[in-house]
Amino acid sequence: MKVKNYKKLAAVSVIAGSVLFSSACSDSDSASGNKTAGDKNTISITFRDGGGTNKGLTQWLNNDIIPAFKKEHPKANIKLSPISASEGDYFAKVALMLKSNQSAPDIVTEDTFMVNSDASAGYLEPLDKRIDGWDEWDHYIDNVKNGVKAQDGKTYGVPFNTDSRGLWYNKDVFKKAGLPVPWEPKSWDDILTAARTIKKKSPDVIPMWMNSGKATGEATSMQTFEMLLYGTEDPLYDKDKQKWIVNSPGLLDTYTFIDTIYKEKLGPNLSQVLNGQGGTIAYTQLMPKGKIGIGLDGIWQAGNYRKDGPAPWPEAFDTLGYAAMPTQKGQAPGTTSMSGGWAFSIPKKSDNKDLSWEFIKFVSTKENNLKLLLKENNLSPREDVSKEKEYLDLPMFKEGSEFLKNTHFRPSVDKYPSVSTVIQSTVEDVVTDKLSPKQAVENYKKNVTRVVGKDKVIER
Amino acid sequence: MDANPVISPSTAVDGGSSSRKRQNRTVWASILFLLPAWLLLLVFFIGPILLTFYFAFTNLSLTGSEAQATQFIGFSNFMNMFQDPNFRISVMKTVIYLLFSAIIGQQVLGFILALLMKEKNPAFRRVIGIIIIAGWVTPEIVVAFCWVAFLNDSGTLNALLQQVGFKPIAWLFTFPMASVIIANIWHGTAFSMLVFQAALDDVPKSIEEAAVVDGASRFQVLYKIVLPMIKGSVVTNMILVTLQTLGVFTLIYAMTGGGPGTATQTLPIFMYNQAFVNYQLGYGTAISLILLLIGVIVSVLYLKSMKVKV
Repeated sequence: MKVKNYKKLAAVSVIAGSVLFSSACSDSDSASGNKTAGDKNTISITFRDGGGTNKGLTQWLNNDIIPAFKKEHPKANIKLSPISASEGDYFAKVALMLKSNQSAPDIVTEDTFMVNSDASAGYLEPLDKRIDGWDEWDHYIDNVKNGVKAQDGKTYGVPFNTDSRGLWYNKDVFKKAGLPVPWEPKSWDDILTAARTIKKKSPDVIPMWMNSGKATGEATSMQTFEMLLYGTEDPLYDKDKQKWIVNSPGLLDTYTFIDTIYKEKLGPNLSQVLNGQGGTIAYTQLMPKGKIGIGLDGIWQAGNYRKDGPAPWPEAFDTLGYAAMPTQKGQAPGTTSMSGGWAFSIPKKSDNKDLSWEFIKFVSTKENNLKLLLKENNLSPREDVSKEKEYLDLPMFKEGSEFLKNTHFRPSVDKYPSVSTVIQSTVEDVVTDKLSPKQAVENYKKNVTRVVGKDKVIER
Repeated sequence: MDANPVISPSTAVDGGSSSRKRQNRTVWASILFLLPAWLLLLVFFIGPILLTFYFAFTNLSLTGSEAQATQFIGFSNFMNMFQDPNFRISVMKTVIYLLFSAIIGQQVLGFILALLMKEKNPAFRRVIGIIIIAGWVTPEIVVAFCWVAFLNDSGTLNALLQQVGFKPIAWLFTFPMASVIIANIWHGTAFSMLVFQAALDDVPKSIEEAAVVDGASRFQVLYKIVLPMIKGSVVTNMILVTLQTLGVFTLIYAMTGGGPGTATQTLPIFMYNQAFVNYQLGYGTAISLILLLIGVIVSVLYLKSMKVKV
């Protein structure tokens, strides 16, 4: 009889133990997650940081925003929960976080090209009703507002910065090669001519640097491929027909331009450029040493050379110029650019949406937005900020803001991220000479069709 | 050998004379005690496997409209996969990687090392053994960093080469597949060596000596006596090394990221890219099923070809 009691006791304790064990697990889960359940005064903010990324944003939140916001809302408690990851991994991690009640933050910074995907997935809260009662929204640039609208026509974020892309060039290198300064290329041929001249006159200088590999991810799609493609007559996506253009003269010409750069050895060594760190090395090491003639990249690269940047270079803005990217043959409007930027969004699974919205409104005022952009080296999404003197005095901001006039945004269609990876791999295949430009178009057509479906593509 | 540990203690205690009722009760008690373990296995092991099977037939996505409305799409993922040139490339790369780094590299090299060290001075055995095992106990990500530092454009190897007057070579870029294969061999050989050492130590010396007395050459002894005797270990090791190598992700991802282009894009890398870079979780899961299938097929082939029972 004694033995039997023992067994019963043991069985009960094992079961009780396992129940306790599992509940202990779930307890520690919620403690380490971002959930602020029940606490109406705490909001958590998720953004990307680490390795020098978003230093300006972090400082701005810590020094300018949070203390000031607490003055207005004494009970409020703002928790920063940054993610330290590469850009691509950040999006995957955010998507995973937003999926679960346990981990969803109250505010998340979204790259505007992911807004539509995450909104279509039901991860984000539409903000239209809240925005209706908010006058500041009228000060936002229309083009930028479209960037945070999803396919369903609703707005899912409040942009806090935007950007533009163009041609960085080294005036010393240009003068040495006998090229005109300031440089105003009128067509792709002008760019090629300049690159060829540099190669001839200064063989140790890389004439033209552009992101060209899978490792540089979205930078390859946007800074290189789309900057070229949107200078042709054929965009990536036909907005009216709502279909992807998978075969067009523009596509072929874009691949041909990339091919020409590498075939004539006007670009960097492949082992340099097909590396995830390629862009960083180019702008923090090679550019200051005068080893690059032209670089196709974004306005934010200027931030590298500031006193508190990763590669301080006091003479940077006497030496460097920033020219607008010309259209292919100089056709109207003459120049082109691509813009992206980041926005604050509220996850659907946030349990503190009202305070989150208060916070977003607070950080988005003219004064606070200006404070951020003075730290961050990105362009402002607000018209009134871009008229401020302090802002226009930032190096290259006048030029960079100019480019916004003819800028394009990436299609806000939820398959864009997948199409973008097809772009990256075909560009790398062209650069490594695995595919000719013609084969690249074929390959692009095949793979995009596979990703988006046969009924979603057209040829031109 | 096949005695059932669950039943045997009760029969031993109660003997055959006890009532059926009592026996039933012990069975129930055993089940009750095993229940937590079963539940854990079910929830954390069987459940995910079944879910994997299910997800492989859906368009499950990490973000985008499909994340909200996941649909059952039948064999579309698999049809897609077999039409995808990148998938074919990845299978080829996986086979090459497996052949050279696991079967030829780790297995053969591990065997040779074990053979060379057999019956050598114990001090010598210990020193060499520790050096080789150091590669094995090093975490995969650390191994990757060591090799990147070694093969880098301005890495150790190039520094040495320059000393001797050679031009530096971008190893990871020019010979990406060879680089990751060598790194994996460096990392994994110790395991094979240990398995073979244990197996070789079990071969009785008298049999070998008898063969030599009968006039067998050293090669004949190895080929006709030793190898057949350790066949079981060879197959076990082959299976373990193959399955381990099929799943290598960290090493390749950290060293080359699967590139340049698709040069080192093995199936695990391809799967990661589809699932977490392209956000197509369903498709990624389908690829993982194929990977599982390859592992099973290869293991069965080893067992059949060597006629070993497990």
